[in-house]
Parts: sequence; structure tokens; C-alpha cells
Amino acid sequence: MEAFLHQVFSGLATGGIYASMALALVMIYQSTHHINFSQGEMATFCTFIAWALIETGFPYWVAFFATVAIGLVGGMAIQRILLRPVENAPILTNVIVFIGLLVIFNSTAGWIFDHTIKAFPSPFPRGTFFDTQYFSSHEIGSIMVTLLVLVALYVFFRFTPLGLAMRAAAQNPVSSRLVGIRVSWMLALGWGLAAAIGAIAGMMVAPIVYLDPNMMAGILLYGFAGALLGGIDNPWGAVFGGFVVGVLENVLGAYVIGTELKLTVALVLIVGVLTLKPTGLFGKVVVTRV
Amino acid sequence: MNRNLLIAIVAAIVVAVAGYFVLAPKPEAPAPVAAKKYDPGASDKEILIGQTMPYSGPASAYGTIGKASAAYFAKINDEGGINGRKIKFVSLDDGYSPPKTVEQIRKLVEQDEVLFVFNTLGTPPNSAIHNYMNQKKVPQLFVATGATKWGDPKNFPWTMGWQPNYQTEGRIYAKYILKEKPNAKIAVLYQNDDYGKDYLKGFKDGLGEAGQKLIVSEVSYEVTDPTVDSQVVTMKGSGADTFFNITTPKFAAQAIKKAAEIGWKPTHFLNNVSASVASVLRPAGLENSKDIITAAYLKDPTDKQWENDQGYKDWLAWMKKYYPEGDLANSFNVYGYAVTQTLVQVLKQCGDDLTRENVMRQAANLKDIELPMLLPGIKVSTSPTDFYPIESVRLQRFDGKEWVLFGDVIGS
Repeated sequence: MEAFLHQVFSGLATGGIYASMALALVMIYQSTHHINFSQGEMATFCTFIAWALIETGFPYWVAFFATVAIGLVGGMAIQRILLRPVENAPILTNVIVFIGLLVIFNSTAGWIFDHTIKAFPSPFPRGTFFDTQYFSSHEIGSIMVTLLVLVALYVFFRFTPLGLAMRAAAQNPVSSRLVGIRVSWMLALGWGLAAAIGAIAGMMVAPIVYLDPNMMAGILLYGFAGALLGGIDNPWGAVFGGFVVGVLENVLGAYVIGTELKLTVALVLIVGVLTLKPTGLFGKVVVTRV
Repeated sequence: MNRNLLIAIVAAIVVAVAGYFVLAPKPEAPAPVAAKKYDPGASDKEILIGQTMPYSGPASAYGTIGKASAAYFAKINDEGGINGRKIKFVSLDDGYSPPKTVEQIRKLVEQDEVLFVFNTLGTPPNSAIHNYMNQKKVPQLFVATGATKWGDPKNFPWTMGWQPNYQTEGRIYAKYILKEKPNAKIAVLYQNDDYGKDYLKGFKDGLGEAGQKLIVSEVSYEVTDPTVDSQVVTMKGSGADTFFNITTPKFAAQAIKKAAEIGWKPTHFLNNVSASVASVLRPAGLENSKDIITAAYLKDPTDKQWENDQGYKDWLAWMKKYYPEGDLANSFNVYGYAVTQTLVQVLKQCGDDLTRENVMRQAANLKDIELPMLLPGIKVSTSPTDFYPIESVRLQRFDGKEWVLFGDVIGS
């Protein structure tokens, strides 16, 4: 029984990682209706920036917020410079740009910071919260950060004019433009926010999985499974999905299918959700009148 | 006409017989004309050697080995070369991508016409060219990987490894456990691929039929897994008190840290692949890494006990002169130095017979060679049936700051 609880809690901890990545995916999907394949690499790159800042002597939280700001601006810049020209191009063109970005970020990170793993400091070192044998302080801390980001997003979209404008721009670009919303800038802001959330996710993940250019490669896949399971257009659902994937993966891996098929769980989830219930557990069913 | 012919025949016989008596009594003497024999890539002036290395891509940390080799050849050339011939060393980037390796190696063999390739790095890249090299009969010498399959002279007479192979290392840990902890309850974590299974096989072979019952938990992970936390939890739950950790650096660090976090303190054996203090133990936490045991065969350049050792001092002087941008704490630079010295020994033995066949013959004819940066007591030995140059190691334990050697040299 104790071993089982261990697996569940350890699954929740990794689930928190998937959840924050899923949140970033949802963010971009909500504002652009695309899945950004380079999301993970962008997050990794931001984390490297944070690492470099901390190495040069900045305090953790200064580096943290500086990195989030850099992520925000960088994400917007990418949308303005690279994606705006292909805004009206077919979806495949966009996908190619995403994959190009993935390769560029990955190899640039390797080139600048090399491929050896780096320890990344945690803002919640041992003893910050009640360390139990099930959870480390960092794991509790990072789950709290994920939930905090979720609440902040909810408040932003629900109660601020800018959030309202962003939702409008995503749902009905033409009408939004007519009432004076700058739709194109809203897309850029969506990219910026997604990159910023990715940066937070990266900084929360790095103390657990260690920082290297391929840090997010596996995580993005699980995050994607989580986002789809919860509903790709629902932040709450995505976070829930992330946790479910984390626990499911651990429990199934340890007791049912063996560790060799853990990744398969995520892939089966993706295919299963897309074929049986494409909107996910909590997604909105879009009905179009024809 | 007939008389003349007869005289000619008699004369010929006389000359032949006389010649026989003049030459025959000393069959051991070297041939009067120096029998310089060359294959493509060798000449009176130089020896052309090829290599692929991951100078870019995910395994680029290993690239420094190729740079160290080049720096050592520079030193050899400054000192006049080997038997009067300069070394020309062409080391190309393959990015650790097997298709790229094949392309580069074909270029080296067919276009540049190298005499042989040396210390190509990585199990997947070397596997990709294994058959090609043996079909072409071009030596694939001292490959930089610990897989066991490189020592198979019967089926692959043109390929040879160098470092202690994974199975040997696994067997050595098993022997140690049987001797020191015969009632151990062992948990094994391994990477689910050729590398992990190679170690596991050696370990199980070493434990033997009876010993395998000591393994209470055997879990694997995939390189795509974000963490191995769940596996560590499973192993702790099995009640194991001994842990054999067959993982690459990132996962090794994760496992060490997670074990400490959940309060699992087994006797911890870590494979040599991840024995780096800088890139594994420090990220995992030096305190968490205390008392981990691993096998070693090279002198660690950061280890204080070699400070006044002549071998180390020579290495340091060479680094400063020929590879000043190299990292003095990086043991890969020791590896590159030692493996290149082994090759230089082979080429010295070749003399003026620089055919591919003779290169292989001499590589398989190393007799107890001691290299300055190998741990004392560890020797390089090969024979036509033994294609594993280094087959012994010493165990060392981490004291929280550095590795401390203990016990004698252990062979498999």
C-alpha cells in the first residue's frame, strides 16, 4: 500500500510538470488554433537564459521574473517576425515553421550552453514546506506555482478588458476588428503569454529533470496528451489532464504494463482521445450551423 | 648451337647452386632490399588516419576526445613522427548520427583513402559502419564505445574496441557483491537498449545461476522518459539494499537525487558511463552521492593523489602545450591521450610494413603495455583471439568530494 501511495504521489509530482506544459499549449491554441511544436524548445531556451542569469550572480527571483519578461517579449517577437508573414498561409506552412523553430532553438541552445546536464536551483529547497517522504518541497512548490498560473490566467481572461479582447479576437476575428480590436497584436500577445508560461514551466521542471537542450522533448509529448485529455481549449481541463497522465503513467508502469510501455500510454491516450472524444473531457463541443 | 645451350644451362646451374650456398646459410637476416609495403594511405612520408567524432549534436561533449587525439599526433609529428613518417589525421563531424557516419566514413575510405579509421565514437555510429569496414577490409581500430560486440575477431577481424567493455564491468560488480555482500537484495535500473542490456547481461553472468536469485527488482527506463522517479520508488518498495545503476548521466543524476529524497540508502553501484563528478555527481548533489561505488581504469585528472605522478605531469605539460583550450578537469582528455598512445604503439610495431593487414596483426599483438595515464597495474593486452585491449579495472568509492580507489586491480 505504501509503495502504491508513493507511485501516486510521485505521479502527481510529474503530473504537475505535464500540467504546466499543457497549459502553455492550451494558451497558444486558444489564441491561434495551432499546436506549437516548438513550445518545449522555447521553454528550454528560456530556462537556459534563467540559468545564465543565476550563474552571473542574480538572485533567483530576479532571474525568474526577468526570464518571464524575456519569454513574453521573445514570444511576441517570434510571432511578429516569423509567423505574421504566414498568418494566412495553409496550416502546413505554419507547422513547418514550428518545426523549423524547434530545430533552431534546440541546436542554438546546444551550441551556446553545450549538452552536458546542468543543475538548476529550486526556489523551494528542502525544508521550505513540510518535506514528506512522498513529496519534496520543490514538488509541492511547483504544483502550487502551476495552480497559481492557472488562477492568474483565469482572472486575466475573465476580468480584464485585454483578456476579453484576446478571447474575442480568437473567436471572431472579423467582428473583433470591426469593434476596434487589433487582432494581429492579440495573436502576438497570445504567443508571448504562451512563451512566458513555458518559461515558468521550464524553470519548475529543470530542478527535477536537470537542464539540457533536450529537456522538454519527452515532456512535451506527455503535456500534449494531458492537454488533449482535458480539452485543448480548456485551461482547467488541461491541468487536470496533466495530473491524470502523470498518475496513470506511474501506476500503469509500475503495476500493469511495465516500464517499457510508459510512453505508449501517452500515445494511446492521444490517439484514443482524438478518435473517441476529440474535444477532451472538458472541452467545448463546437457546433457549426451549415 | 647445342653446345652453347649446354654451356648456358651448366652455367645457370652453377650460378644457382653457388647463389644458394651464398644466401642460404643466413635465412634469418633481413631481406637485403627493405621490404617497404604500403596500402592506400601510407607512404614513405606520411600515414593517413581517418575518424568520425560528434563535434556537434547531442553527444558533442565527447568531441574533445578527437581534439585530444589530434593534439597528441601534433606532439608526435613535432618529435619526428613514427619511424620517420608524419601522421596526417582527418577527423570529421558526424553529429552522432549513424547515416552521417556512414557518409563520412565512405568519403574517408574511398575518396581520401585513409590507411584505417581510429577511435570512431559511439555505439550506434560504429554499428552502422561495422559491416562496411569488414567488407572493405579496412581496420576500424580502438572504437570509442564499451559495447561487447567489438571484440569478435572470428566474425569481424577488422574491428577492435579499447576500453573495458560493459559486460566485463558488470561482471566485476557482480563478483564484488558476491564476495562482500553474499546476502544482498539487489535492485537494477537499466536503460532499455543495447547498452543497458549489455551491462545487465554481464552482471547476471557474473552473479551466476544461484546469484541471480539475489535480484529482487529489475526495472528499465526509456530515453524518452522525463524522469526515473517512479522506477526509484518501485525499487525502494522492493526492499532492496543494493542498487546497480545502469544509466546515462542525466538519469543517473535523477536516480541518485530521488533515492536520497525518499530516504533509500542502498549500497550503490554506478556504471562507469556516468562516473563524472562534474556532470553527474555535482548536479545530483555531492552529499547525496556519498559512498557510491564505480569502476575506473584511467587516472582522474582532478584527483590530488596523482599530483606528483610522472605520468600525470607529462599529461599536464602536453595539455598546456598542445591543447591549451582543453579542460584540465575533463577525463575525456585523458581518454583521448591514452587511446592515441596505444595507437602510436601499434604503428611503431608496424615498422615499414604499413599494410592494413599488418596494422591489424600488430594491434592484436600488444603485450602488457603500460600507459602513463592508466591506473597502476592496468595493462593493455591483445592477441589474435583477444580483441579486448583493457580488461581490468579498479573500484573506487566517492567520499563526498572525490573518488577514492580501494582494493586491487580486478579482472573479469
